[in-house]
Amino acid sequence: MVIYGVYIVSKSGGLIFNHDHNVPRIENEKTFNYPLDIKLSYENKKIVVSFGQKDGINVGHVLTAVNGNVVIGRELENGKDVFELLEQPDSFPLSLKFSRARMTTNEKIFLASMFYPLFAIASQLSPEPRCSGIEILEADTFRLHCYQTLTGIKFIVVAESSQSGIEILLKRVYELYGDYVLKNPFYSLEMPIRCELFETNLQTLLENVEKSGTGSV
Amino acid sequence: MTIHNLYIFSKNGTLLYYAEWNRLNKSGITKEEEAKLMYGMLFSIKSFVNKISPLDPKEGFLYYKTSKYTLHYFETPSGLKFVLNTDNASQNARELLQQLYRDVYLEYVVKNPLCQLNEPIQSELFKLKVDELFKKSPLFLSRAI
Repeated sequence: MVIYGVYIVSKSGGLIFNHDHNVPRIENEKTFNYPLDIKLSYENKKIVVSFGQKDGINVGHVLTAVNGNVVIGRELENGKDVFELLEQPDSFPLSLKFSRARMTTNEKIFLASMFYPLFAIASQLSPEPRCSGIEILEADTFRLHCYQTLTGIKFIVVAESSQSGIEILLKRVYELYGDYVLKNPFYSLEMPIRCELFETNLQTLLENVEKSGTGSV
Repeated sequence: MTIHNLYIFSKNGTLLYYAEWNRLNKSGITKEEEAKLMYGMLFSIKSFVNKISPLDPKEGFLYYKTSKYTLHYFETPSGLKFVLNTDNASQNARELLQQLYRDVYLEYVVKNPLCQLNEPIQSELFKLKVDELFKKSPLFLSRAI
């Protein structure tokens, strides 16, 4: 039973809260000889694997370190270009470290605003009248549950597909939101949520649910 | 259990085939516009799922569910996309889509030299077979309206 994250999206589609709960870190370090048997490319200011999967290094993984030196953009800390380094046979063997790209806060905000039209189009394209937006979205690695309140705020939980009872959890998060966010005199609506009490209570709730299921909440 | 409608998209987003059985709500836009909207939504969902997924996705997006219907999605490695809307009680719609690909699309479109790939499917035989497959399926039970 794993819950990966909780997101709250305001009525106008902005991300007002996000909490990463248990995101597994996928990292692989491996020594390579010349020539490289995987294809790397530079996109979105990151060096990513574009072809060739082996030993847990998959397409889309980001190069994070070369011989223990951190990669920033396409350069090493000392200003050397990584692609130039990889083309020189005498610099090998090299130990390269790859990890699955983690979402930055900016990307999260971007994704939250992307979910908003998806939600709306899903209800527009409905073959049945008076349909809600997306409630559950399932992929092979996770399941996303979305609960929209009457006031238009969306609570989104990303969890493992086998995790049950998320609907109850979502309502409990809503309750916490009502108790600790809306009753906070320093909170203005539609703005990012920075309430310590809310975060601590949410954290406890998520841990409880993971440990003993939703029966306890 | 009901099957509402079916879309087949090519890898570059052309609507190859559309069929509907029980559809109460017309979206109020033309079929072409609707197909573009649908493809755009699926394209966004795919990239959304790729980014938000905590682990490396293999098949990626499988389905989404709203209060009234479920959209099942099946994509072949060649980029062909099958989209089926059913009600929420329907199970195993994915197998049905795989069956549609294997037994109907491959047999009556790919093996038909007169069918141009990546263009809307005109074959009457294909239409007939799709209809047959879905009406035979246990998911297909039209309600009395």
